[in-house]
Amino acid sequence: MCRVVDLRQAVLAKNDDAARALRAGLTARGTTVVNLLSSPGSGKTALLERELLLARGRSVPVAALTADLATENDALRLARSGVPVKQVLTDGLCHLEAAMLGRHLDGWLPEDTRILFVENVGNLVCPAGYDLGESLRVVLASVTEGEDKPLKYPTAFGLAQLVVVTKTDIAQAVEFDEAAFRANVERVNPGVEIVMTSARGGEGLGILLDRALAAGNGAVTHTPVMAGGRQHAQSHDHDHGHGHDHGHGHDHGHGHDHGHGHGHGHGHGYGHDHGHGHDHGHGHGHGHGHGYGYGHDHGSDHHHHHPGPAHPHRPDRAPGSDHADHAPGPDHAHEPPHVRPAAQPR
Amino acid sequence: MHEMSIAMAVVGQVEEAAGAAGAHAVTSVRLRVGELAGVVPDALAFCFELACAGTVLDGAELVTESVAARARCATCPDTWAVGMPPELCCPGCGRATDVELLSGRELEILSVRWEDGPAGARTREPMPEEA
Ligand SMILES: Nc1nc2c(ncn2[C@@H]2O[C@H](COP(=O)(O)OP(=O)(O)OP(=O)(O)O)[C@@H](O)[C@H]2O)c(=O)[nH]1
Ligand SMILES: [Mg+2]
Ligand SMILES: [Zn+2]
Ligand SMILES: [Zn+2]
Repeated sequence: MCRVVDLRQAVLAKNDDAARALRAGLTARGTTVVNLLSSPGSGKTALLERELLLARGRSVPVAALTADLATENDALRLARSGVPVKQVLTDGLCHLEAAMLGRHLDGWLPEDTRILFVENVGNLVCPAGYDLGESLRVVLASVTEGEDKPLKYPTAFGLAQLVVVTKTDIAQAVEFDEAAFRANVERVNPGVEIVMTSARGGEGLGILLDRALAAGNGAVTHTPVMAGGRQHAQSHDHDHGHGHDHGHGHDHGHGHDHGHGHGHGHGHGYGHDHGHGHDHGHGHGHGHGHGYGYGHDHGSDHHHHHPGPAHPHRPDRAPGSDHADHAPGPDHAHEPPHVRPAAQPR
Repeated sequence: MHEMSIAMAVVGQVEEAAGAAGAHAVTSVRLRVGELAGVVPDALAFCFELACAGTVLDGAELVTESVAARARCATCPDTWAVGMPPELCCPGCGRATDVELLSGRELEILSVRWEDGPAGARTREPMPEEA
């Protein structure tokens, strides 16, 4: 017989659950995740290169994970800083999801990591909807992108806890109107901090690291207005950056806190996982990951499904980058490639 | 494509619920989509059809209920329609603090219609795998 059944389930409930568990687990062990979002080419990697070097100089244990549709260029650039770096290839998926991130951290992320920077796929639409268990969400926009970016991508800017303007060294040349940009950000995200940076010129370097450390030390982070606004709120809210549920003892954020009122199982991973157990990372879920130790084995025999990078390696390296440092790092080799689900977003 | 990820999440969740209830054909899914959920309903409908193919939702209708975004300021009496692009500073007093978004971020499955009697003949041809 035909019947109508009330489900009342948030569509991204699984991701939200996975993100919550990841945040709880990481926070409990003293790791703060910073999720970096921007359109392609805004300068995420360039800024991160500088911040990682700074952290290393200050002996703050940091790590970086970078997600791209293809190529390991970003990881190669970041690994020159000498901190642990991992590349995740998303196999066509245009954003990272919390369960994916958790799988990639498992067995790779050094236990003493204080800050994990996650460079999301260059895209201002999709990543905005996926909590990765971060305690600080940062949206970047370069001065070349136009002052109205925040209005065109209101969910990305509206959910940010820090807005970073990049490439200010060329602001004059492109007639960047800082006041207009600030007004547009304010409109979609009143009260959020906006900082000016230039990876090339040096302006504002260290701010990102400072804000990340502050968030990790329990400083109150900005709560965007847009983070509210769900009628019939689910049985739990996003707890961005404040008052995490500590101390669940989840290692690597893999525990799932069950029993919070959703009527669904928690088959993590992606796609159509019939017959769901809790088998994350075994067969479904995208993405290969490659860990880089301390700046060695560049361009070696990393082997994955993506044909070689079409782009030449960029020569821009962070000044002072001591990438000749070959301190023996954890030799994280490949993860077994995950089987791709039958249907996949492209 | 973003809406494809969303559509697949919807299909996955409905499949689980249908499986648990022993339903064998889902004929319609009702979604609530807020104005600020970051989802384009037309694109979602398109992706939904693809994502349903070959599942218990094959051929299911997607009904989206949109929810307007409204906000409220702590010091002013009225609420306002946030609009698109959203205006989240208070239009009354210009305040940028103590503004609360009341609605507009919803993205949830409200209800599902399915057949849960003994498996009968499907009334509809399955959709092709790819469109
Ligand atoms: N002038 C100037 N150029 C910069 C700056 N930062 C980055 N760039 C340039 O901008 C381009 C893109 O920088 P990336 O750091 O690769 O940007 P991204 O956001 O990581 O890019 P995707 O990962 O592909 O999304 C490169 O050509 C950089 O050299 C800066 O501070 N000033
Ligand atoms: Mg990059
Ligand atoms: Zn997308
Ligand atoms: Zn007001």
